[in-house]
Amino acid sequence: MTPVVEIRGLVKRFGFTTVLDGIDLDVTDHEVVCLIGASGSGKSTLLRCVNGLEPLSSGTVTVAGRTVIQDDIKLNRLRRDVGIVFQSYNLFPHMTVMHNVTLAPRKVLHLSTEEAEQRARPLLERIGLADKASAYPDSLSGGQQQRVAIVRALAMQPKLMLFDEITSALDPELVNEVLLMMKDLAQEGMTMIVATHEMAFARDVANKVCFLHQGKILEEGPPQQIFTSPKEERTAEFLKRTLESGRL
Amino acid sequence: MANGIGDTAPSPDRTARDRGAMTAMVVSGASVALALAGGLVAALRASDTNNTFLLVFVLAFPLGVFALWFGRRAETHIVDRDGPDEDEQLARLARRVAVAGIVLSVLLACGLGVWAAWTGLEDVQEIFFSLPDLGDSAGLVTDGFLLNVKIFVVAEVLVLVWGLVVAVTRELPGRAAAPLRWLAVAYVDIFRGLPAIITIYLVVFGLPLSRLPIVPGTDASFLGFDQVEMLGVLALVLVYGAYVAEVYRAGIESVHWSQRAAAQGLGLSRGQAMRYVVVPQALRRVVPPLMNDFIGLQKDTALLNIAGIFEGFAAASNYANNNFNLSSVTGLGICFVVITIPMTRFTDYLVRRDQRRLRGGGVGAAVTDVVGASGGRA
Repeated sequence: MTPVVEIRGLVKRFGFTTVLDGIDLDVTDHEVVCLIGASGSGKSTLLRCVNGLEPLSSGTVTVAGRTVIQDDIKLNRLRRDVGIVFQSYNLFPHMTVMHNVTLAPRKVLHLSTEEAEQRARPLLERIGLADKASAYPDSLSGGQQQRVAIVRALAMQPKLMLFDEITSALDPELVNEVLLMMKDLAQEGMTMIVATHEMAFARDVANKVCFLHQGKILEEGPPQQIFTSPKEERTAEFLKRTLESGRL
Repeated sequence: MANGIGDTAPSPDRTARDRGAMTAMVVSGASVALALAGGLVAALRASDTNNTFLLVFVLAFPLGVFALWFGRRAETHIVDRDGPDEDEQLARLARRVAVAGIVLSVLLACGLGVWAAWTGLEDVQEIFFSLPDLGDSAGLVTDGFLLNVKIFVVAEVLVLVWGLVVAVTRELPGRAAAPLRWLAVAYVDIFRGLPAIITIYLVVFGLPLSRLPIVPGTDASFLGFDQVEMLGVLALVLVYGAYVAEVYRAGIESVHWSQRAAAQGLGLSRGQAMRYVVVPQALRRVVPPLMNDFIGLQKDTALLNIAGIFEGFAAASNYANNNFNLSSVTGLGICFVVITIPMTRFTDYLVRRDQRRLRGGGVGAAVTDVVGASGGRA
């Protein structure tokens, strides 16, 4: 199986701080990889490097056969195949839900408005928000906004989805609706890289869990192994602290 | 039950009446008395050569303000200690009296001031507010003012576009665009710093001398503007384009970077992200400050009279010089004020409507939209 994502020796520095310190990671087709680790361990930066939102300091990242380089035209092309969803939803507040979902298919894939809406409507129906198509994001709950953000990315029919702690800004009772949606996606065979603090989700859904610590992947493996018998002391420590805070 | 609400044993504070409330009452009473006394003295003694009575009001006013402040302090003090109700009411009454003192002193001072200065004001009225002269000059002035309106409408449209071009140029990425960025920065620096009147001189008198092929000829005409008027519009566009470019830029930079990241994450290019995501949001935010610049632009059209354009101010001062009466200028001033007010209210309305829409007013529309869509499919 050829990997969808191939990361080799990825280093990312902001000034004198090294945020990612030599990351090697393969993600194969239909695989769900969860990145866990404390805040500041580099999870978000790693995701942002995969779709070229952050320029790499050194190393190589290949996504679906395309190398991530700092070239606007190549990056635009690459990002068509890579959907990303952020912690803060980042819906466009001046556009209706439908307009949010259809903007990229229309402008990037040059679909007509009807074609784009035909593509968007079943997606919105699936998340039960078809009746909100003409509503503006501000009138939706956080969970609804985040689900629209996922649908907005899916409307581009990406080969890979990146999720950047997408439930962290949600009220606890809204987290589940978003996690369920991601679970569905995973079962349908979407290739996903998920940075998350939701350990239960990682345990249930991931094929592979990577524990990041100070910009390095300290340990990776199937969730059963990571969560029950971690090899690294730091992994165990992190999981213990997470457990104590009632997150597992 | 030592300090509870139902405590019946009189605390030490409850026995003594509060002195603050009394003092406040006395001071506020004094301010009213002083204002009235001043009014009385003035009525008996004042003439247009003797305005000394105003001094009384100068004293009564701050005394009233002091009484207000002191009364409020006393009331707070009493309420904080759960003091006696009578004191609380007294302090509140003192505040009301103080307000009466303040209002009284201001009204009396204004009224008596006008009365004492009456002959002087009559002269002012004669020169600036003479109804016959206002009427006589009205046709001339409004004719001239129509040119101001024409100039600022055309200039505003051009400024809207030009300012955005400059702002976006300044935000262009990449090394290749560096010279363009420098040009945009230099333009803004120069034309924001130059007084408008100097820019007008330079453009209207200087540009034709340059014999640059883009400068309109003396017989050129566009939208009914002659050469000088076109150059006048250009001068104003250059001045206000620089201001407006900065307003736009502030708007563009106020859009959170995550919006750009989300747009680019979907595969939109930088240009598309700017056009569909950043600029539309920036425009909504800059409407109020943009209004400011537009009103400034409207007023500055009057400067064009120095370039020999016979707009409203030239017409008004022409009338003033011939008739030794400045009412024509007042009339023009009224024109300028009258035209800005509805514009301001209109933009306020637009901004409010837009905000209401974005804050969830669209849900109702969504229902009809879906019903309409399913109806279409059925």
